[in-house]
Amino acid sequence: MAASGRRLRGDPESGFTMDETVAEYIRRTVLKIPRREIMEMLTIWDFLSKTQLQTINVHHTKERISQEVVTLCEENCAGIKQAAILDMICEETDSLNLADFKYKFKRSLQTALKNVTINFREYEDNALWIRIAWGTQYTKPNQYKATYIVYHLQTPYVFISSLRSNLPLLCQALVHASNYHDIHEMELRSRCLDSLKDIVFKRYSQTFQTYHPRPLQERNVAPEKVDPRIIQENKREKERIQRVNQEVFGNGLQPKIEFAQYKLETMFKGEPEMDILTEKEPFRCVVKFSSPHLLEALKSLAPAGMADAPLSPLLTCIPQKARNYFKIKERKDILSASCLGS
Amino acid sequence: MSLVRPFDKLPTLNSAALLLVGTDEKQQQQLAEAILKEKKTFKINIHVATSLPLPAERDHIRPRIDLIAFLINIQSKYSLRNVEASLPHVDANFFLGKVCFLITGVGRMNHCSVEMNAVRKLGNLYCSPVIFCELDSEGIRVATAQRLVRMLQICAGHVPGISALFFSSLMKNSIDE
Repeated sequence: MAASGRRLRGDPESGFTMDETVAEYIRRTVLKIPRREIMEMLTIWDFLSKTQLQTINVHHTKERISQEVVTLCEENCAGIKQAAILDMICEETDSLNLADFKYKFKRSLQTALKNVTINFREYEDNALWIRIAWGTQYTKPNQYKATYIVYHLQTPYVFISSLRSNLPLLCQALVHASNYHDIHEMELRSRCLDSLKDIVFKRYSQTFQTYHPRPLQERNVAPEKVDPRIIQENKREKERIQRVNQEVFGNGLQPKIEFAQYKLETMFKGEPEMDILTEKEPFRCVVKFSSPHLLEALKSLAPAGMADAPLSPLLTCIPQKARNYFKIKERKDILSASCLGS
Repeated sequence: MSLVRPFDKLPTLNSAALLLVGTDEKQQQQLAEAILKEKKTFKINIHVATSLPLPAERDHIRPRIDLIAFLINIQSKYSLRNVEASLPHVDANFFLGKVCFLITGVGRMNHCSVEMNAVRKLGNLYCSPVIFCELDSEGIRVATAQRLVRMLQICAGHVPGISALFFSSLMKNSIDE
């Protein structure tokens, strides 16, 4: 992201040139502010005039908003001092938000349940870890079966380790403390927190639909010692499989999940002679895929000759849909089962 | 429908061509290498394919195929279905001793997905021998390679007095006993 050599941005009218590094710093600071707080922060900053602030539309993408702010700062000849003040305002609000959240969360839980131990810890990547040991009205909290929650304050996502009871209580406390008005559970579970974050924050290598088949990228593979007496007849098909795999899965490492579960509630489609199952009741069945690294395993199925390429979209949609638990019901127009949210 | 035919091309002097059809590329490669390591008096070319029909654009450079070995992994129904879908693309004259079925993965019987009966029925239906092996074990791989080389030699007509048809009926009788 850093420009090689400092380019200067010019404002032709006043002859002032704003430093490229300052512009970038302001842009990144604005990007970090949650959308609903942007106008408030800029007002507190008091560097841009009211008319200038009115030209900013918070419903645009954050990239666009940050660019607009940088352009306005150019007009006002911003320097590093103003950028630093903006940064400090954001930091202060951040820590205020954090303290506010912790206070409200603790109070909400402890009013509902007296016997509960709550601890917080902040990490560098803006993650707040919460540890909760649950007790009941009459028993002390069980420290051995604590629940862990990870919350990135700038995001609307919360990650919870397995919880046996008290989920409604926890949700209520989270909603109240974070000033959101609702929370709902995603059908996404894994043992690897980083992978969950990758899926939810879209940090894995995404793929794009291409309309023109791209040639396979050159990879630094040492030329295999192929015996000329062994002739591969299906080279084209193998290349097609590699290309399809690349289009579907992308180039990078897949996020790590261990299971995918499909609950089927579809009608049994068999021979008409099989009278037993021609009832109007849907045929209930659960199919579970498990693997130490499910997505990488799916990616290697077609190249290993164990499945056709492309794979069923029910399997390949897992990262995009951010779910690995599915319920499949009959589609109203009967043609085939489709996947619905539960 | 494009068929693989046994006698539509002239044979090449002192050489034979084997066609391996199966979904597991790694296994095919291992078997091919084991076959080529064997001591033999004639040149062998091994053509490896995932399924039939073979791509038409290579037809003119492909030699006459003397023996087709279909590989079925007993742990994968997918490999059986793949072979069943490929069989209609083989000319009927091949099944007079120039086809065999190689069933791999029999070393781990508790991971079977394909029924043994289904495989034997396939062999009976197509009048071709069914050879069971475990290609992951080096000893068995070498033994299987030796058998295939011998069969290939007969199918290519390099053994005077024994034709492919004669040999296959010999094998069938001995299996039934």
